[in-house]
Amino acid sequence: MKFKFGVVVFPGSNCDHDSYHVLKHILDLETVYLWHKDTDLQNCEVIILPGGFSYGDYIRTGAVAKLSPIMNSVIAFANKGGVVFGICNGFQILTECGLLPGTLIKNKNLKFVCKDIYITAVNDVSLLTKSLEKKTLMTPVAHGEGNYFTDEETLKSLEQNNQVLFRYSSKKGEISETYNPNGSVQNIAGVMNKNGNVFGMMPHPERSSDVSLGKTDGLQIFNSLLQNFIN
Amino acid sequence: MYKAKVIIKRKKSILDPQGKAAEHGAVLLGFKNIADVRIDKQVEFLVNVNDEETAKKEVSEFCSKLLSNPTMEDFEINLEEIDEV
Repeated sequence: MKFKFGVVVFPGSNCDHDSYHVLKHILDLETVYLWHKDTDLQNCEVIILPGGFSYGDYIRTGAVAKLSPIMNSVIAFANKGGVVFGICNGFQILTECGLLPGTLIKNKNLKFVCKDIYITAVNDVSLLTKSLEKKTLMTPVAHGEGNYFTDEETLKSLEQNNQVLFRYSSKKGEISETYNPNGSVQNIAGVMNKNGNVFGMMPHPERSSDVSLGKTDGLQIFNSLLQNFIN
Repeated sequence: MYKAKVIIKRKKSILDPQGKAAEHGAVLLGFKNIADVRIDKQVEFLVNVNDEETAKKEVSEFCSKLLSNPTMEDFEINLEEIDEV
């Protein structure tokens, strides 16, 4: 079965080409760009909301992007069970439009963090994490507003429903405040919705998926998605 | 017509790193009595209706749908009736 991926392009997206490159050239998948002013998802099976600074991050990150025409289609697609994966700014957009719980606020130390870090998968059943070859992965982060926040009640429900995908950790998988790059509550780096079809993470797996860059851990996340989507 | 002034405030439970930075700056400047600095946003705009209730309703919707995020922010609305501009 041939899968079709759609990468949404907002004004200010800057990781759309990275995502497209990994899907199209490395994984050899049918991949198209979806312009934010369009409403047709072109029969894509998976929608990627890429990183960047959509609409200049004005008002709040993702706040204006959620109003783009394409987002009405993406929300309807997700509500019918379609797979949507938001990376960095894409994650911020998904929380803004209510497809994922919580929100991303300014990094605790006020700095834009741009470096390779480690995340550890803490979920064995999600499409993104079920078939990882190893639990702790090296992925880059590049954000000023990556500090994941929820109120206590939402946090409890996230844990109870096994919606946390990744936590920031050491290379050995130790999860503690020392390895938290942005102040995220409980070191959370990525979450999914209750139904397990909408995913968001701040680190960039698409920037660590090409052997020519010397890092390929991110590819495991895309491979896990593919393997489990087929099944 | 009304002039709306909306103040978007982070909820008390949310860390305000900008406020913290300003507070730290106050310490560096030698201020000894300044504490708990919070940096909010103020948005001003016109609402082209003639009754206050409609204006309030529209501004409130604008605030909850775009200007603020209920997970982390609250908002306060102040309306002032003005002559046509």
